[in-house]
Amino acid sequence: MTWDWQVFLQDTGGGQSYLEWMLSAWGWTLSVAVCALAVALTVGSLMGILRTTPNRGFVWLGNAWTELFRNIPLLVQIFLWYHVIPSMFLVLRGVPSFVLVVLALGFFTSARIAEQVKAGIQTLPKGQTYAGLAMGLTLPQTYRYVILPMAFRIIIPPLTSESMNIVKNSSVAFAVSIAELTMFAMQAQEETSRGVEIYLAVTGLYFVSAFAINRLAHFIEHKVQVPGMIGGK
Amino acid sequence: MNLNLDFSFLNWGLIQSFVVKGFIFSVQLTLIAMIGGIALGTVLALMRLSGKKWLVMPAAFYVNTLRSIPLVMVILWFFLLIPLLIGRPLGAELSAMITFTVFEAAYYSEIMRAGIQSVPKGQVYAGYAVGMTYPQCMKLIVLPQAFRNMLPVLLTQTIILFQDTSLVYAIGAYDLLKGFEVAGKNFNRPVETYLVAAVVYFVICFSLSMLVRRLQKKIQIIR
Repeated sequence: MTWDWQVFLQDTGGGQSYLEWMLSAWGWTLSVAVCALAVALTVGSLMGILRTTPNRGFVWLGNAWTELFRNIPLLVQIFLWYHVIPSMFLVLRGVPSFVLVVLALGFFTSARIAEQVKAGIQTLPKGQTYAGLAMGLTLPQTYRYVILPMAFRIIIPPLTSESMNIVKNSSVAFAVSIAELTMFAMQAQEETSRGVEIYLAVTGLYFVSAFAINRLAHFIEHKVQVPGMIGGK
Repeated sequence: MNLNLDFSFLNWGLIQSFVVKGFIFSVQLTLIAMIGGIALGTVLALMRLSGKKWLVMPAAFYVNTLRSIPLVMVILWFFLLIPLLIGRPLGAELSAMITFTVFEAAYYSEIMRAGIQSVPKGQVYAGYAVGMTYPQCMKLIVLPQAFRNMLPVLLTQTIILFQDTSLVYAIGAYDLLKGFEVAGKNFNRPVETYLVAAVVYFVICFSLSMLVRRLQKKIQIIR
Protein backbone atom coordinates (compact mmCIF):
# COMPACT_ATOMS: atom_id res chain seq x y z
CA MET A 1 0.00 0.00 0.00
CA THR A 2 1.30 3.44 -0.82
CA TRP A 3 0.41 6.79 0.61
CA ASP A 4 -1.29 9.34 -1.54
CA TRP A 5 -1.76 12.49 0.51
CA GLN A 6 -2.32 14.54 -2.63
CA VAL A 7 -5.86 13.30 -2.51
CA PHE A 8 -6.59 16.29 -0.29
CA LEU A 9 -5.68 18.68 -3.12
CA GLN A 10 -8.05 17.02 -5.56
CA ASP A 11 -11.09 18.90 -6.64
CA THR A 12 -14.38 17.57 -5.25
CA GLY A 13 -16.19 18.64 -8.38
CA GLY A 14 -17.60 21.81 -6.87
CA GLY A 15 -14.51 23.99 -7.19
CA GLN A 16 -13.43 23.05 -3.68
CA SER A 17 -10.57 20.77 -2.66
CA TYR A 18 -11.03 17.88 -0.23
CA LEU A 19 -8.87 19.76 2.25
CA GLU A 20 -11.21 22.74 2.20
CA TRP A 21 -14.20 20.43 2.53
CA MET A 22 -12.59 18.70 5.51
CA LEU A 23 -11.84 21.98 7.26
CA SER A 24 -15.41 23.16 6.82
CA ALA A 25 -16.57 19.76 8.16
CA TRP A 26 -14.31 20.31 11.20
CA GLY A 27 -16.05 23.64 11.68
CA TRP A 28 -19.43 21.88 11.69
CA THR A 29 -18.21 19.31 14.20
CA LEU A 30 -16.95 22.03 16.53
CA SER A 31 -20.12 24.13 16.13
CA VAL A 32 -22.37 21.15 16.91
CA ALA A 33 -20.20 20.24 19.91
CA VAL A 34 -19.94 23.75 21.37
CA CYS A 35 -23.64 24.61 20.93
CA ALA A 36 -24.69 21.22 22.33
CA LEU A 37 -22.35 21.73 25.27
CA ALA A 38 -24.00 25.07 26.02
CA VAL A 39 -27.44 23.43 25.97
CA ALA A 40 -26.21 20.49 28.05
CA LEU A 41 -24.56 22.65 30.71
CA THR A 42 -27.61 24.88 31.10
CA VAL A 43 -30.26 22.16 31.18
CA GLY A 44 -28.04 19.67 33.01
CA SER A 45 -27.19 22.12 35.80
CA LEU A 46 -30.86 23.04 36.22
CA MET A 47 -31.95 19.38 36.40
CA GLY A 48 -29.08 18.46 38.70
CA ILE A 49 -29.99 21.29 41.08
CA LEU A 50 -33.68 20.31 41.03
CA ARG A 51 -32.72 16.79 42.09
CA THR A 52 -31.13 18.08 45.30
CA THR A 53 -33.93 20.44 46.39
CA PRO A 54 -36.28 19.52 49.27
CA ASN A 55 -39.29 19.75 46.94
CA ARG A 56 -40.41 16.24 45.96
CA GLY A 57 -42.00 17.35 42.71
CA PHE A 58 -38.77 18.98 41.54
CA VAL A 59 -36.79 15.89 42.52
CA TRP A 60 -39.18 13.70 40.57
CA LEU A 61 -38.91 15.95 37.49
CA GLY A 62 -35.11 15.92 37.63
CA ASN A 63 -34.97 12.17 38.07
CA ALA A 64 -37.45 11.50 35.27
CA TRP A 65 -35.50 13.80 32.93
CA THR A 66 -32.23 12.03 33.70
CA GLU A 67 -33.65 8.53 33.25
CA LEU A 68 -35.46 9.45 30.04
CA PHE A 69 -32.45 10.89 28.26
CA ARG A 70 -29.97 8.38 29.62
CA ASN A 71 -31.78 5.23 28.61
CA ILE A 72 -32.38 5.86 24.91
CA PRO A 73 -29.42 5.52 22.52
CA LEU A 74 -28.15 8.82 21.13
CA LEU A 75 -28.75 7.74 17.54
CA VAL A 76 -32.40 6.95 18.33
CA GLN A 77 -32.76 10.31 20.07
CA ILE A 78 -31.36 12.06 17.01
CA PHE A 79 -33.86 10.23 14.81
CA LEU A 80 -36.66 11.23 17.20
CA TRP A 81 -35.68 14.90 16.93
CA TYR A 82 -35.23 14.71 13.19
CA HIS A 83 -38.15 12.55 12.06
CA VAL A 84 -40.70 12.35 14.86
CA ILE A 85 -40.83 15.68 16.66
CA PRO A 86 -41.20 17.94 13.56
CA SER A 87 -44.08 15.79 12.35
CA MET A 88 -45.83 16.02 15.72
CA PHE A 89 -45.21 19.71 16.35
CA LEU A 90 -45.74 21.42 13.02
CA VAL A 91 -44.14 24.68 14.23
CA LEU A 92 -40.80 22.86 14.28
CA ARG A 93 -41.06 21.81 10.66
CA GLY A 94 -38.91 24.60 9.28
CA VAL A 95 -36.18 24.31 11.91
CA PRO A 96 -32.80 23.46 10.31
CA SER A 97 -31.43 20.01 11.11
CA PHE A 98 -28.37 21.60 12.73
CA VAL A 99 -30.59 22.97 15.53
CA LEU A 100 -32.35 19.63 15.95
CA VAL A 101 -29.05 17.78 16.28
CA VAL A 102 -27.75 20.35 18.77
CA LEU A 103 -30.89 19.87 20.89
CA ALA A 104 -30.65 16.07 20.64
CA LEU A 105 -26.99 15.95 21.62
CA GLY A 106 -27.45 18.68 24.24
CA PHE A 107 -30.38 16.98 26.00
CA PHE A 108 -28.67 13.57 25.81
CA THR A 109 -25.58 15.00 27.52
CA SER A 110 -27.65 17.07 29.97
CA ALA A 111 -28.72 13.83 31.68
CA ARG A 112 -25.09 12.96 32.36
CA ILE A 113 -24.29 16.49 33.51
CA ALA A 114 -27.33 16.48 35.83
CA GLU A 115 -25.87 13.35 37.40
CA GLN A 116 -22.49 15.07 37.95
CA VAL A 117 -24.05 18.27 39.32
CA LYS A 118 -26.17 16.29 41.76
CA ALA A 119 -23.15 14.28 42.90
CA GLY A 120 -21.10 17.47 43.27
CA ILE A 121 -23.74 19.13 45.44
CA GLN A 122 -24.13 16.02 47.57
CA THR A 123 -20.41 15.79 48.35
CA LEU A 124 -20.67 19.11 50.19
CA PRO A 125 -21.40 18.74 53.91
CA LYS A 126 -25.07 19.32 54.77
CA GLY A 127 -23.90 21.89 57.30
CA GLN A 128 -23.08 24.31 54.48
CA THR A 129 -26.75 24.49 53.49
CA TYR A 130 -27.86 24.81 57.11
CA ALA A 131 -25.29 27.52 57.76
CA GLY A 132 -26.56 29.45 54.74
CA LEU A 133 -30.17 29.12 55.87
CA ALA A 134 -29.27 30.00 59.47
CA MET A 135 -27.67 33.22 58.21
CA GLY A 136 -31.07 34.17 56.83
CA LEU A 137 -30.38 33.40 53.16
CA THR A 138 -33.28 31.97 51.19
CA LEU A 139 -32.80 28.55 49.60
CA PRO A 140 -32.07 29.99 46.12
CA GLN A 141 -29.58 32.41 47.70
CA THR A 142 -27.93 29.54 49.56
CA TYR A 143 -27.50 27.69 46.27
CA ARG A 144 -26.25 30.78 44.48
CA TYR A 145 -23.72 31.99 47.07
CA VAL A 146 -22.80 28.93 49.14
CA ILE A 147 -23.35 25.62 47.41
CA LEU A 148 -22.97 26.09 43.65
CA PRO A 149 -19.64 27.97 43.69
CA MET A 150 -18.08 25.02 45.51
CA ALA A 151 -20.01 22.26 43.75
CA PHE A 152 -19.07 23.46 40.26
CA ARG A 153 -15.41 23.63 41.17
CA ILE A 154 -15.53 20.08 42.45
CA ILE A 155 -17.09 18.70 39.29
CA ILE A 156 -14.78 20.36 36.76
CA PRO A 157 -12.87 17.10 36.09
CA PRO A 158 -15.98 15.01 35.22
CA LEU A 159 -17.39 17.96 33.25
CA THR A 160 -14.14 18.03 31.29
CA SER A 161 -14.56 14.44 30.25
CA GLU A 162 -18.21 15.08 29.34
CA SER A 163 -17.08 17.98 27.15
CA MET A 164 -14.62 15.70 25.41
CA ASN A 165 -17.36 13.09 25.01
CA ILE A 166 -19.60 15.63 23.33
CA VAL A 167 -17.00 16.16 20.59
CA LYS A 168 -16.85 12.42 20.07
CA ASN A 169 -20.62 12.02 20.20
CA SER A 170 -21.15 14.79 17.66
CA SER A 171 -19.98 12.20 15.10
CA VAL A 172 -23.41 10.55 15.37
CA ALA A 173 -24.85 13.58 13.54
CA PHE A 174 -23.71 11.94 10.30
CA ALA A 175 -26.94 9.92 10.45
CA VAL A 176 -29.05 12.97 9.63
CA SER A 177 -26.64 14.31 7.01
CA ILE A 178 -24.99 17.13 8.95
CA ALA A 179 -21.83 17.93 6.96
CA GLU A 180 -19.52 17.17 9.90
CA LEU A 181 -16.25 15.20 10.01
CA THR A 182 -17.67 11.67 10.07
CA MET A 183 -20.02 12.46 7.20
CA PHE A 184 -17.05 13.91 5.31
CA ALA A 185 -14.99 10.80 6.05
CA MET A 186 -17.69 8.47 4.74
CA GLN A 187 -18.38 10.47 1.57
CA ALA A 188 -14.78 11.34 0.71
CA GLN A 189 -13.78 7.71 1.24
CA GLU A 190 -16.41 6.62 -1.22
CA GLU A 191 -15.50 9.23 -3.82
CA THR A 192 -11.70 8.92 -3.70
CA SER A 193 -11.14 5.36 -2.38
CA ARG A 194 -8.27 6.80 -0.32
CA GLY A 195 -9.95 5.77 2.92
CA VAL A 196 -6.83 5.35 5.06
CA GLU A 197 -5.49 8.86 4.41
CA ILE A 198 -8.89 10.46 4.90
CA TYR A 199 -9.72 8.51 8.06
CA LEU A 200 -6.28 9.28 9.50
CA ALA A 201 -6.75 13.00 8.93
CA VAL A 202 -10.26 12.97 10.40
CA THR A 203 -9.17 10.93 13.43
CA GLY A 204 -6.32 13.38 13.91
CA LEU A 205 -8.74 16.30 13.93
CA TYR A 206 -10.93 14.57 16.54
CA PHE A 207 -7.80 14.08 18.67
CA VAL A 208 -6.82 17.72 18.35
CA SER A 209 -10.33 18.94 19.22
CA ALA A 210 -10.65 16.75 22.30
CA PHE A 211 -7.14 17.69 23.44
CA ALA A 212 -7.85 21.40 23.02
CA ILE A 213 -10.96 21.09 25.21
CA ASN A 214 -8.92 19.17 27.77
CA ARG A 215 -6.29 21.94 27.95
CA LEU A 216 -8.93 24.66 28.13
CA ALA A 217 -10.67 22.87 31.00
CA HIS A 218 -7.38 22.50 32.88
CA PHE A 219 -6.79 26.20 32.43
CA ILE A 220 -10.24 27.02 33.82
CA GLU A 221 -9.76 24.58 36.69
CA HIS A 222 -6.48 26.26 37.56
CA LYS A 223 -8.01 29.76 37.34
CA VAL A 224 -10.95 29.13 39.62
CA GLN A 225 -9.35 26.92 42.26
CA VAL A 226 -9.86 27.93 45.88
CA PRO A 227 -6.63 28.12 47.92
CA GLY A 228 -6.48 25.35 50.48
CA MET A 229 -9.21 23.31 48.80
CA ILE A 230 -9.21 20.33 46.46
CA GLY A 231 -6.28 20.68 44.08
CA GLY A 232 -5.60 24.21 45.34
CA LYS A 233 -2.35 25.55 46.67
CA MET B 1 -49.80 19.50 18.18
CA ASN B 2 -50.50 16.98 15.51
CA LEU B 3 -50.99 13.53 17.00
CA ASN B 4 -51.99 11.72 13.90
CA LEU B 5 -50.35 8.47 14.85
CA ASP B 6 -51.49 5.09 13.66
CA PHE B 7 -50.01 2.02 15.27
CA SER B 8 -52.52 -0.41 13.77
CA PHE B 9 -49.96 -1.80 11.33
CA LEU B 10 -47.89 -3.09 14.23
CA ASN B 11 -48.63 -6.75 14.84
CA TRP B 12 -46.72 -9.82 15.87
CA GLY B 13 -46.20 -10.96 12.29
CA LEU B 14 -44.47 -7.71 11.39
CA ILE B 15 -42.36 -7.76 14.52
CA GLN B 16 -41.33 -11.32 13.79
CA SER B 17 -40.35 -10.62 10.21
CA PHE B 18 -38.44 -7.36 10.78
CA VAL B 19 -37.57 -6.69 14.39
CA VAL B 20 -36.72 -10.03 16.02
CA LYS B 21 -33.78 -10.66 13.69
CA GLY B 22 -32.32 -7.25 14.54
CA PHE B 23 -32.97 -7.68 18.25
CA ILE B 24 -31.16 -11.01 18.28
CA PHE B 25 -28.18 -9.43 16.53
CA SER B 26 -28.06 -6.51 18.99
CA VAL B 27 -28.12 -8.87 21.97
CA GLN B 28 -25.53 -11.15 20.35
CA LEU B 29 -23.26 -8.23 19.62
CA THR B 30 -23.64 -6.94 23.20
CA LEU B 31 -22.86 -10.33 24.77
CA ILE B 32 -19.90 -11.08 22.50
CA ALA B 33 -18.40 -7.62 23.01
CA MET B 34 -19.01 -7.87 26.77
CA ILE B 35 -17.33 -11.26 27.20
CA GLY B 36 -14.50 -10.52 24.77
CA GLY B 37 -14.11 -6.99 26.06
CA ILE B 38 -13.92 -8.04 29.72
CA ALA B 39 -11.38 -10.77 28.89
CA LEU B 40 -9.16 -8.47 26.83
CA GLY B 41 -9.80 -5.62 29.29
CA THR B 42 -8.58 -7.70 32.23
CA VAL B 43 -5.35 -8.48 30.40
CA LEU B 44 -4.89 -4.77 29.63
CA ALA B 45 -5.64 -3.78 33.23
CA LEU B 46 -3.13 -6.30 34.61
CA MET B 47 -0.55 -5.06 32.10
CA ARG B 48 -1.07 -1.48 33.27
CA LEU B 49 -0.82 -2.46 36.93
CA SER B 50 2.24 -4.67 36.43
CA GLY B 51 4.66 -1.77 36.92
CA LYS B 52 6.85 -3.02 34.06
CA LYS B 53 7.39 -0.28 31.53
CA TRP B 54 7.32 -2.51 28.43
CA LEU B 55 3.89 -3.81 29.51
CA VAL B 56 2.45 -0.53 30.81
CA MET B 57 3.28 1.56 27.73
CA PRO B 58 1.54 -0.51 25.02
CA ALA B 59 -1.52 -1.09 27.20
CA ALA B 60 -1.79 2.62 28.05
CA PHE B 61 -1.37 3.52 24.38
CA TYR B 62 -4.12 1.07 23.35
CA VAL B 63 -6.57 2.32 25.98
CA ASN B 64 -5.92 6.04 25.54
CA THR B 65 -6.04 5.91 21.75
CA LEU B 66 -9.34 4.06 21.56
CA ARG B 67 -10.89 6.21 24.26
CA SER B 68 -10.18 9.40 22.34
CA ILE B 69 -11.67 8.33 19.00
CA PRO B 70 -15.44 8.44 18.39
CA LEU B 71 -16.95 4.95 18.24
CA VAL B 72 -18.42 5.63 14.80
CA MET B 73 -14.92 6.34 13.46
CA VAL B 74 -13.62 3.11 15.03
CA ILE B 75 -16.44 1.18 13.38
CA LEU B 76 -15.59 2.78 10.02
CA TRP B 77 -11.85 2.14 10.48
CA PHE B 78 -12.33 -1.57 11.09
CA PHE B 79 -14.81 -1.88 8.26
CA LEU B 80 -12.18 -0.32 5.98
CA LEU B 81 -9.05 -1.97 7.35
CA ILE B 82 -10.09 -5.59 7.95
CA PRO B 83 -10.72 -6.31 4.24
CA LEU B 84 -7.38 -4.64 3.38
CA LEU B 85 -5.57 -6.87 5.88
CA ILE B 86 -7.21 -10.22 5.18
CA GLY B 87 -7.84 -9.59 1.50
CA ARG B 88 -11.58 -10.22 1.40
CA PRO B 89 -14.68 -8.44 2.72
CA LEU B 90 -15.89 -9.70 6.08
CA GLY B 91 -19.47 -8.46 6.21
CA ALA B 92 -20.86 -5.73 8.43
CA GLU B 93 -22.07 -8.06 11.21
CA LEU B 94 -18.76 -9.86 11.81
CA SER B 95 -16.82 -6.62 11.44
CA ALA B 96 -19.05 -5.02 14.08
CA MET B 97 -18.39 -7.87 16.52
CA ILE B 98 -14.62 -7.50 16.20
CA THR B 99 -14.82 -3.70 16.45
CA PHE B 100 -16.98 -3.67 19.57
CA THR B 101 -14.83 -6.25 21.35
CA VAL B 102 -11.66 -4.29 20.67
CA PHE B 103 -13.29 -0.95 21.50
CA GLU B 104 -15.07 -2.00 24.68
CA ALA B 105 -11.91 -3.67 26.01
CA ALA B 106 -10.43 -0.19 26.42
CA TYR B 107 -13.36 0.92 28.58
CA TYR B 108 -13.64 -2.33 30.56
CA SER B 109 -9.92 -2.25 31.32
CA GLU B 110 -10.25 1.17 32.95
CA ILE B 111 -13.08 -0.15 35.13
CA MET B 112 -11.05 -3.21 36.15
CA ARG B 113 -8.04 -1.07 36.92
CA ALA B 114 -10.06 1.32 39.08
CA GLY B 115 -11.70 -1.65 40.81
CA ILE B 116 -8.39 -3.26 41.73
CA GLN B 117 -6.97 0.08 42.85
CA SER B 118 -10.05 0.77 44.99
CA VAL B 119 -8.93 -1.89 47.47
CA PRO B 120 -6.89 -0.13 50.16
CA LYS B 121 -3.19 -1.03 50.25
CA GLY B 122 -3.51 -1.94 53.93
CA GLN B 123 -5.60 -4.96 52.93
CA VAL B 124 -2.68 -6.34 50.92
CA TYR B 125 -0.20 -5.66 53.72
CA ALA B 126 -2.55 -7.33 56.21
CA GLY B 127 -2.62 -10.38 53.96
CA TYR B 128 1.18 -10.50 53.81
CA ALA B 129 1.37 -9.97 57.56
CA VAL B 130 -0.64 -13.11 58.24
CA GLY B 131 1.69 -15.05 55.96
CA MET B 132 -0.22 -15.16 52.65
CA THR B 133 1.59 -15.38 49.32
CA TYR B 134 0.88 -12.89 46.47
CA PRO B 135 -1.54 -15.20 44.59
CA GLN B 136 -3.37 -16.06 47.82
CA CYS B 137 -3.61 -12.41 48.70
CA MET B 138 -5.02 -11.56 45.24
CA LYS B 139 -7.47 -14.43 45.20
CA LEU B 140 -8.73 -14.27 48.78
CA ILE B 141 -8.50 -10.59 49.63
CA VAL B 142 -8.09 -8.17 46.73
CA LEU B 143 -10.11 -9.66 43.86
CA PRO B 144 -13.31 -10.47 45.81
CA GLN B 145 -13.48 -6.87 47.06
CA ALA B 146 -12.41 -5.40 43.73
CA PHE B 147 -15.06 -7.41 41.92
CA ARG B 148 -17.76 -6.26 44.32
CA ASN B 149 -16.70 -2.67 43.85
CA MET B 150 -16.67 -2.80 40.07
CA LEU B 151 -19.58 -5.13 39.30
CA PRO B 152 -22.22 -2.34 39.12
CA VAL B 153 -19.96 -0.22 36.90
CA LEU B 154 -19.21 -3.20 34.63
CA LEU B 155 -22.93 -3.82 34.21
CA THR B 156 -23.67 -0.12 33.63
CA GLN B 157 -20.98 -0.10 30.94
CA THR B 158 -22.71 -3.11 29.37
CA ILE B 159 -26.00 -1.18 29.24
CA ILE B 160 -24.16 1.67 27.50
CA LEU B 161 -22.65 -0.92 25.16
CA PHE B 162 -26.14 -2.16 24.31
CA GLN B 163 -27.17 1.40 23.45
CA ASP B 164 -24.03 1.91 21.39
CA THR B 165 -24.71 -1.16 19.26
CA SER B 166 -27.23 1.04 17.41
CA LEU B 167 -24.23 2.80 15.83
CA VAL B 168 -23.64 -0.16 13.50
CA TYR B 169 -26.06 1.91 11.42
CA ALA B 170 -22.90 3.50 9.98
CA ILE B 171 -21.93 0.30 8.17
CA GLY B 172 -25.46 -0.92 7.52
CA ALA B 173 -25.54 -3.96 9.82
CA TYR B 174 -29.03 -5.22 10.65
CA ASP B 175 -29.61 -4.50 14.33
CA LEU B 176 -32.67 -3.69 16.46
CA LEU B 177 -32.89 -0.07 15.26
CA LYS B 178 -32.45 -1.10 11.63
CA GLY B 179 -35.25 -3.64 12.06
CA PHE B 180 -37.64 -0.88 13.13
CA GLU B 181 -36.39 1.40 10.39
CA VAL B 182 -36.96 -1.18 7.65
CA ALA B 183 -40.44 -1.92 9.02
CA GLY B 184 -41.19 1.82 9.03
CA LYS B 185 -40.06 2.21 5.43
CA ASN B 186 -42.07 -0.80 4.25
CA PHE B 187 -45.31 0.42 5.81
CA ASN B 188 -44.54 4.10 5.20
CA ARG B 189 -44.92 4.78 8.94
CA PRO B 190 -41.40 5.96 9.97
CA VAL B 191 -42.67 8.24 12.77
CA GLU B 192 -44.45 5.44 14.60
CA THR B 193 -41.65 2.92 14.22
CA TYR B 194 -38.98 5.34 15.51
CA LEU B 195 -41.22 6.06 18.51
CA VAL B 196 -41.70 2.37 19.22
CA ALA B 197 -37.95 1.80 18.83
CA ALA B 198 -37.27 4.51 21.41
CA VAL B 199 -39.79 2.97 23.83
CA VAL B 200 -38.29 -0.50 23.38
CA TYR B 201 -34.74 0.73 24.00
CA PHE B 202 -35.93 2.75 27.00
CA VAL B 203 -37.79 -0.14 28.60
CA ILE B 204 -34.83 -2.50 28.18
CA CYS B 205 -32.17 -0.07 29.39
CA PHE B 206 -34.26 1.42 32.22
CA SER B 207 -35.22 -1.95 33.69
CA LEU B 208 -31.64 -3.19 33.44
CA SER B 209 -30.33 -0.09 35.18
CA MET B 210 -32.94 -0.52 37.95
CA LEU B 211 -31.69 -4.09 38.42
CA VAL B 212 -28.10 -2.87 38.60
CA ARG B 213 -29.10 -0.32 41.24
CA ARG B 214 -30.75 -3.00 43.39
CA LEU B 215 -27.74 -5.25 42.99
CA GLN B 216 -25.46 -2.41 43.99
CA LYS B 217 -27.36 -1.92 47.24
CA LYS B 218 -27.27 -5.62 47.95
CA ILE B 219 -23.56 -6.21 47.49
CA GLN B 220 -22.25 -2.96 48.92
CA ILE B 221 -19.46 -3.49 51.43
CA ILE B 222 -20.28 -1.73 54.64
CA ARG B 223 -17.15 -0.17 56.04
